[in-house]
Amino acid sequence: MAPAFFDKIFGRGDKTGSGGAVSPKDRIQRRSTGFQEFMKTVRREENIWVLDLGPTSPDNIKHITERGHRIYNEDILAEATRADLKTHSTEPGRENELVVDVDRYLAENLRHEREQFDAVMAWDVPDYLPEEVVKPTIERIHTIMKPGGILLAFFHTRDAGPEAPYFRYHIGNPETLELQRGPQFRLQRVFNNRHIENLFRDYASIKFFLGRDNIREVLVIR
Amino acid sequence: MWKSSKKEEEHSPAPVPAYQPPRPGPPGAAAPVAPVVHPEKEVSPKMADIAHIGKSVIIRGELSGSEDLYLDGEVEGSIDLKGHSLTIGPNGRVRANVHAQEVVIHGHVDGSIRGADRVELKKTAVLAGDIFTQRIMIEEGAFFKGAVDIQKPEMKPEVKPEPRKEAAAAASTGASATPAFTPAAQTPLIETK
Repeated sequence: MAPAFFDKIFGRGDKTGSGGAVSPKDRIQRRSTGFQEFMKTVRREENIWVLDLGPTSPDNIKHITERGHRIYNEDILAEATRADLKTHSTEPGRENELVVDVDRYLAENLRHEREQFDAVMAWDVPDYLPEEVVKPTIERIHTIMKPGGILLAFFHTRDAGPEAPYFRYHIGNPETLELQRGPQFRLQRVFNNRHIENLFRDYASIKFFLGRDNIREVLVIR
Repeated sequence: MWKSSKKEEEHSPAPVPAYQPPRPGPPGAAAPVAPVVHPEKEVSPKMADIAHIGKSVIIRGELSGSEDLYLDGEVEGSIDLKGHSLTIGPNGRVRANVHAQEVVIHGHVDGSIRGADRVELKKTAVLAGDIFTQRIMIEEGAFFKGAVDIQKPEMKPEVKPEPRKEAAAAASTGASATPAFTPAAQTPLIETK
């Protein structure tokens, strides 16, 4: 049986996808083992570069910069779903479908020096990215991360439905995240462990943490 | 009664015409114009010192100055207000690198921001560019794509303590007492398998 927390977060049983119990201003506390591990690494380093792939979070900027680190904020989901980035598919039989122009997306996003970032906070963005940009995004992140760098990502372990609400992640403290309802994005897919391993196959190692709320937390080492 | 009233008048400051709400009158009749004083809207001396660029103004090129500036128009090029503050209003559209003491953004900026003292992004701000500053404030709702580099205030050079014997001895053998920081020598964040 799904815990109440899961119901609250993903609005199970709420067919409208509005999430019911959670209003946009509310924040839900979430203790996260994967995040704790991530922050342990970030805290013991000095003057590192952190990439935040979620929507702008003043809390994240505060927590990262007050440790003397530098942070780059880039909301790639908002960028990937921009209407002006859509183009007709070139795949035979799918010409009428609108897809993201991947070349333009990569020309305008995640443009950084090779091996610039020591840590990446990807949150659950890969679950919401349009299919055609998932792999190119993970490959690009690989090139801009330092060897030995760390990436934190969350994946849904069960199909919460395409209308499952999208949440913004704020750093509450080094052990706790605060989740806040963000703009509505469509959950595109649910990755299983094997999919995730394939997605990060160019990376050095991957570690899974299964939360009580059935969110799979993943720490990936470049 | 009348006497005391007169006395009061003598001691009271010059009469200030009270605000009279406009009354409907015959068309064309000239209504007496009285100065209207809104205490809450009074222009403070500080406000009076701020230069103002209105929303219909478009500037292309180098914008520099030595006074505080409120910019609600459009600028393309560069803005340099070293030692002074810049406020980009909600209608402000800036495509420029900005250098000022304090930068407050309500509008859109495409360019890097150097605020020697402070940078503030209000909830309506849209910034695509890097921020270099000592202090940063970002309101919920602001959009930001770029890097944040918090720069520590410049410290006054400290008086160096007398070198210790070990350091002196090391110096005599050609070795450095404190190893220089070499970023390339940093170990990876997590050891890979």
